[in-house]
Amino acid sequence: MDELLKLLRANALESPKNLARMLNSTEGAVKAKIAEYERTGVIRGYQAVVNTDRLDVDLVRAVIEIKVTPEREGGFNRLAERVSKFAEVESVWLMSGTYDLLAVVTGRNLKEVAFFVSEKLATINGILSTATHFMLKTYKSNGVLMVEEQPDERLKVSP
Amino acid sequence: MNGSKSRPEPAKGSRPRASKGPRPEPAEGSRPRLSTAPRRSFVASYLNDIPRSGIRDFFDIVSARKDVISLGIGEPDFVTPWRIREASITALDRGATTYTSNRGLIELRRQIARYLGQAFDVAYDPENEILITVGVSEALDLAMRAILEPGDEVMYHEPCFVSYNPEIRFAHGVPVPVVTRRENGFRLTRPMLEEKVSPRTKALLLSFPTNPTGATLTREDVEGIAAFAQAHDILVITDEIYSELTYEGERVSIASLPGMKERTIFLHGFSKSWAMTGFRLGYACAPVELSEAMMKIHQYIMMCAPILSQKAAIEALKSNVDTDEMRASYEHRRNFICAGLNEAGIPCHVPKGAFYVFPYVGDYGLTSKDFALRLLDEENVACVPGSAFGASGEGFLRCSYSTDLEAIKEAVTRMARFVARLRKG
Repeated sequence: MDELLKLLRANALESPKNLARMLNSTEGAVKAKIAEYERTGVIRGYQAVVNTDRLDVDLVRAVIEIKVTPEREGGFNRLAERVSKFAEVESVWLMSGTYDLLAVVTGRNLKEVAFFVSEKLATINGILSTATHFMLKTYKSNGVLMVEEQPDERLKVSP
Repeated sequence: MNGSKSRPEPAKGSRPRASKGPRPEPAEGSRPRLSTAPRRSFVASYLNDIPRSGIRDFFDIVSARKDVISLGIGEPDFVTPWRIREASITALDRGATTYTSNRGLIELRRQIARYLGQAFDVAYDPENEILITVGVSEALDLAMRAILEPGDEVMYHEPCFVSYNPEIRFAHGVPVPVVTRRENGFRLTRPMLEEKVSPRTKALLLSFPTNPTGATLTREDVEGIAAFAQAHDILVITDEIYSELTYEGERVSIASLPGMKERTIFLHGFSKSWAMTGFRLGYACAPVELSEAMMKIHQYIMMCAPILSQKAAIEALKSNVDTDEMRASYEHRRNFICAGLNEAGIPCHVPKGAFYVFPYVGDYGLTSKDFALRLLDEENVACVPGSAFGASGEGFLRCSYSTDLEAIKEAVTRMARFVARLRKG
C-alpha cells in the first residue's frame, strides 16, 4: 500500500503539511493525491474508531451468517447489495466456507436486531438461512486496541 | 528441559534451617565500633581516569523535572511485538527456567546463522562461530578482553556510542578516536584511518548506522576500510545493532567482503530492530579461534544469556516478525523532524540510519551542554548534548525521534521558539 494511505489509515486527521514532511513531499502534492484517492473511490470515507462500550447508549451489534442461493447472472452480488442497503447493516462480506455472506447489524436492543433479521433479512427471496451471534464486548477494532497497553515508562534519557 | 519429566518445584517449607532453637545473643560489648584507622581507597586507580557517562549526568537533571518532552531516549518507542512476547510467556509457562549451554540455545544460533546469511550475506557456523550474549554490550566487552594486550590501540570513529572509549580502557587498551565530520555526513574513510594508524593498532571498531549521528557508509567506504584493515593486519569489530534501521542506500557489512570474515568480529542483537532492549540479548560472530577466546570469558563471567530472552529471540527470527512497519514509522518521523528543524533554522543533515538526528547548534555562543540545559530549563525539551558522545560531538545535539509523533511536533515547535529567542539575543 502507498505510504500516504498507510499514514492516513493510522491517523486520518493528520494535516497535509505534516504528511508532506513525513513523506519528503510538498503540501500541494499530498493534497492532490488525497483528492485523487477520494475521486477514484480508493478512499471511501473518514471515521472515528469509537469504543461504544464506554458510552451509555443502547446499542446492540450482531454478526449474521447468511446462506443464499447464488443467481445465474451475477452470482452473489445482487443479493449482497440488497442486504447492504439496509441502514441497520453496518458491513457485509462475501465469505468462503459454510456460509456465504457475513453481515454486521446494529440496533437499539436485542429485540430490534432479532426482528430485523427475522422480518427483513430472512424473508428476502434467495436467502436460505441465517445464524445470529450477538457481540458482547469489543477488545480490538480496526487495528485499534480498545484498552491501550500501559507499558513501563522508558528512562527519560538513555544511551 | 521441556520434556515430560519436569523438574519438581521445591515443596513449601522444605528449606533446611541452619539451626534450631533461639539464636544466641551477641555478647555484651562485642558490637563493632567505628574505626578511625587510616583506610586507603579500594577503587582501582584506572577507574578514576574514566569519567561518568555524560548521558548519566543529564539523566539525573532531566529526571528531577516534570512534564519534560524527551528527545533523549536511545531505545525504540515500540513495545516488543506481541508474537515475541507471547513466545517468551509460553516458554515460561512450560518451565523454561534453566541455564542454557554457554554459547546459547542451538536453535537460536541456527536461526541467527540463517538470518545473517540472508540479510548480511555472511556465513557463520552455529556450532562454534556464534556466541549468544547479554546484549551487544557484553559482546563488545568480550571482544575487547579477548584481543587486547595492555597498551594495544583500538581505533574508533567519533562522535559515537558512549561505551566504546570506556570499554577499551576497561580492557587496558588505548582508545584512538578518529573524528568524523558533518561536511561528509559523519562517514569514515580510509584516508582518515591512515592518519591515525600506528604499529600498536590492534583493532578498528565500526558502528554504522551510528548512534548519535545516524551516519551510514557507502560500499566504497566499506571497501576502503577493508583494504586498510588488510594492509595493516588489523582486526575489525563491527557493531551492527542499528543495521536494519537503514533508510537509504545499500547496507554493506564489512564482514561480507572478501578476506574480511577471518579478521572481523560481527556484533549484533535484538534491542533496536525488534524493540527488545529489556530482553538484553545480543550475539558475537567470529572465526573459531576468536569465538573460542570470547567464549572462554563468557562462560566464567556470565555462563549464558537468560533463557526466556533466547526463546523470544528464536520467535523473532523464526516467524519473520515484520519489522518493516516499525522501520517505515521511524523513517516518517525522521523526515518530519529533519524538515521541522531545518525550517526552524536549525541546520540538520538527513541521517540515513538509526533513530537520531544530530543538528548543529554551535552558532549561538553556547556549548552544546549549556544549549541543552537552557533548552530544558526554558522549554522543557530534553536532548542530549553532543559532547556526551566524544569531544568531536561538541556543537551538536542528539535528538532521538524514537518517540511519538505528537511529542516530536511539540518539541520541534518549542525548539524553534527557543532558537528564535537566542537569535534576538
